[in-house]
Amino acid sequence: MNAVKGLAGIRALVRLILRRDRIPLPIWVLLLAAVPAAFAATFAELYPTAAERQAFAEVAGNNPGLLALFGPVFDPSVGGLTAWRVSILLAVVALISVLTVVRHTRTEEEAGRRELVGSTVVGRHASLAAALLVTGAANLALAGLMALGLIVVQDLPVGGSLALGLAFAAAGCTSAAVAAVAAQLTQGAGAARGLAISVLGLAFLLRLAGDVGGEEGGTSWLSWLSPFGWAQQVRPFADERWWVLGLAAGAFVALAAVAYALSSRRDVGAGLLPPRDGPAVAPAYLRSPLALAWRLHRGLLLGWTAGFAAVGVMIGSVTGTVTEMFTDNPQLQAIFEQLGGQAGLADLYLSAVLSLLGLAAAGYAVQAVLWLRSEETAARAEPVLSAQVDRLRWAAGHLFFALVGPAVALTALGVAAGVVHGANTGDVRGELPRVLAGALAQLPAVWVLAGLATALFGLLPRLAPLSWAVLAVFALLTLFGEVLQLDRWLLDVSPFAHVPELPGGEVSTTPLVWLVVLAAALAAAGMVGLRRRDVG
Amino acid sequence: MREAISVSGLRKSFGRTQALDGLAFSVRAGEVHGFLGPNGAGKTTTIRILLGLLRRDAGEARLLGGDPWRDAVELHRRLAYVPGDVALWPNLSGGEVIDLLGRLRGGLDPRRRAELLERFELDPKKKCRAYSTGNRQKVALVSALASGADLLLLDEPTSGLDPLMKAVFRECVTEEQQRSRTVLLSSHILAEVEAVCDRVTTIRDGRTVESGTLAELRHLTRTSVSAELEAPPVGFSELEGVHDLQVEGTTVRCQVDPEGLDGVLRRLTTAGVRSLTSQPPTLEELFMRHYRTGEAAARSRAETPR
Ligand SMILES: Nc1ncnc2c1ncn2[C@@H]1O[C@H](COP(=O)(O)OP(=O)(O)O)[C@@H](O)[C@H]1O
Ligand SMILES: [Mg+2]
Repeated sequence: MNAVKGLAGIRALVRLILRRDRIPLPIWVLLLAAVPAAFAATFAELYPTAAERQAFAEVAGNNPGLLALFGPVFDPSVGGLTAWRVSILLAVVALISVLTVVRHTRTEEEAGRRELVGSTVVGRHASLAAALLVTGAANLALAGLMALGLIVVQDLPVGGSLALGLAFAAAGCTSAAVAAVAAQLTQGAGAARGLAISVLGLAFLLRLAGDVGGEEGGTSWLSWLSPFGWAQQVRPFADERWWVLGLAAGAFVALAAVAYALSSRRDVGAGLLPPRDGPAVAPAYLRSPLALAWRLHRGLLLGWTAGFAAVGVMIGSVTGTVTEMFTDNPQLQAIFEQLGGQAGLADLYLSAVLSLLGLAAAGYAVQAVLWLRSEETAARAEPVLSAQVDRLRWAAGHLFFALVGPAVALTALGVAAGVVHGANTGDVRGELPRVLAGALAQLPAVWVLAGLATALFGLLPRLAPLSWAVLAVFALLTLFGEVLQLDRWLLDVSPFAHVPELPGGEVSTTPLVWLVVLAAALAAAGMVGLRRRDVG
Repeated sequence: MREAISVSGLRKSFGRTQALDGLAFSVRAGEVHGFLGPNGAGKTTTIRILLGLLRRDAGEARLLGGDPWRDAVELHRRLAYVPGDVALWPNLSGGEVIDLLGRLRGGLDPRRRAELLERFELDPKKKCRAYSTGNRQKVALVSALASGADLLLLDEPTSGLDPLMKAVFRECVTEEQQRSRTVLLSSHILAEVEAVCDRVTTIRDGRTVESGTLAELRHLTRTSVSAELEAPPVGFSELEGVHDLQVEGTTVRCQVDPEGLDGVLRRLTTAGVRSLTSQPPTLEELFMRHYRTGEAAARSRAETPR
């Protein structure tokens, strides 16, 4: 009876969520659902015979670098290779699921809107349940469409296609439930997102540590601790192990139950972790917009820097193994070079991974710039701008962290990867500057995204969140553009297409200079717009 | 006396909403000026234009001798603002926000800060996310009142305060008056404005309805007259300037325009007066009347067949 009462009004809340997300939800579902079918087409074209696919699978399945990134190859068929290659997207689905759940639970509470809704005939669990319901349904829709694409368009086996779709849904739903728990524990939406994403990051690292040694490696049990590991262990197109989906379902139910229990135990707006008091008087440094921006951005900066350093250590430790593997097998090396066409497999691996992390750093830059917009829409810009603070000075405080933050994070990444990789190869002095340069070469492209977000913020503030969509398009171009054999001019739209492939590739400073100029011009346009427009 | 704020012909639209439609009023230096209007009348929009946050579409606006848009930063040294809907950084403590905003404005008086914290019973150590609406409002108020600003722009600053704190706020405004600081106090609470303001501007639908001292506004308005007569009243409905006429036996009640008072009194005395009360309308009545006529006008406009 109480459970039913607790869910009163859920129908209206579900409709409210669907209304608010009516644009982003279908976009991400459709976009992600289309990717595996596109990959299947590419694999079928690149490796038409079973022998070729077998050779490719052997390379991929024994390369620690690729194992770390994509996990093991369970079957050398087109479907098996597709499932292997798209597994990286599990993290994307997980991330979107987390953001969706937090957005409709903790963010609502923080903004005080939950209070308004809670005072109507709405049960205390209804908003949590509605957020989980919508996110779960979106994940199932993704599973269905993904399978449909593989079955109908690519003519792949029904069982494997369904398994792959459901593996994605399993990862997404488990992540949603993780977010639901995080949203009960913390008091701020930002902290809830941070907590849930950290848990997922840990899960990804566990999967990675488990897979890096291959199936016979002593650490492979670690993958079984991670929802990402489960999703891969469903083994689509390789004698599907359906029961693994049960693990994910069990975790989902357990986590959702924990979230429910927590939400009955706390007040609306409060977290379970009690808020601590702050100082009664502001520290002496807190007297400028830049100092305020530091207070607001420092957590983000610390998180990204620590995360990038951790990823750097991990990359550095697996890179050396790539070369060892291939020195005694010239035939495999030839095939592998076909993939990228550059000498030095370690460099190839490093430059590929660094370009992925460049995209992540651009996400950080966009996040930092859009902080300006949320300060504005939450009416927190008003008290600052009504003091003796010029608009540009206010914006500059935040933009400083959008520019410098990714630079610090990428430096941490480059140093960590360079030192560890150098220590493995016995040449820290040689490798460190090369790897660091590779990491920092991403920066001009990252700044273009920051510039773009700034321009939108200044000129078309309502459209500022579109920066995320633009970044997503660039990410898709980088990840899949070459494989999908898109036209060169289309690939060149992305600033990341102009980043030199370092270490190992040719250093060309001209495009980097142009990217910096473009970033500066975009930011300047944004500042001109901000000067002229209404604030608030 | 110099004018701290003067506004004329001010217009501002948001898309199809005409928020301000030729607003005009002025605030003299050193006075507490009430800015009165129903929700959505355009009070916040006006103040945000005066702060240089919004750009006016047309009209004149002068603030402390400068242009609020062009000279925003210099002008802000001399003013302090309390928003109607105070939003603060959830992870900063109230004390930190008070100091930060004070410093951004160019300093605040630590003695006055401590005194105000005590009077408003605000704990500055709490994180802003833990504050209620009223407490967030107190943070903004303490920071503004403890600043050395010449002009205080207060946008419905008491909407979240309890009656006790509202009284504290009134005391504070009276003190500011004695210090001859200029205050623009926007409100839809008439008693508040009546209690502390020297002059009042009422606005509706982005237009000035009336502007003047309380005495002047009352002068412009009707008087409530209630009388018991010796004989049943006759002929009152034909009199000029009589409204809301109610007749019950020998008792008559009505609202009278200033220019109609003479005629009404003559008619009353000819009938013979047993008892008579007449009183100036409260600001409440005054305001409700403007509000209602506005609504009625809008309704009749909507009902007019095209
Ligand atoms: N940013 C905005 N966008 C669109 N409409 C707005 C905006 N700000 C105010 N308005 C509209 O302008 C009118 C005046 O609003 P406001 O100045 O906030 O009134 P008040 O403060 O007197 O309650 C209202 O109709 C309101 O809906
Ligand atoms: Mg208002």
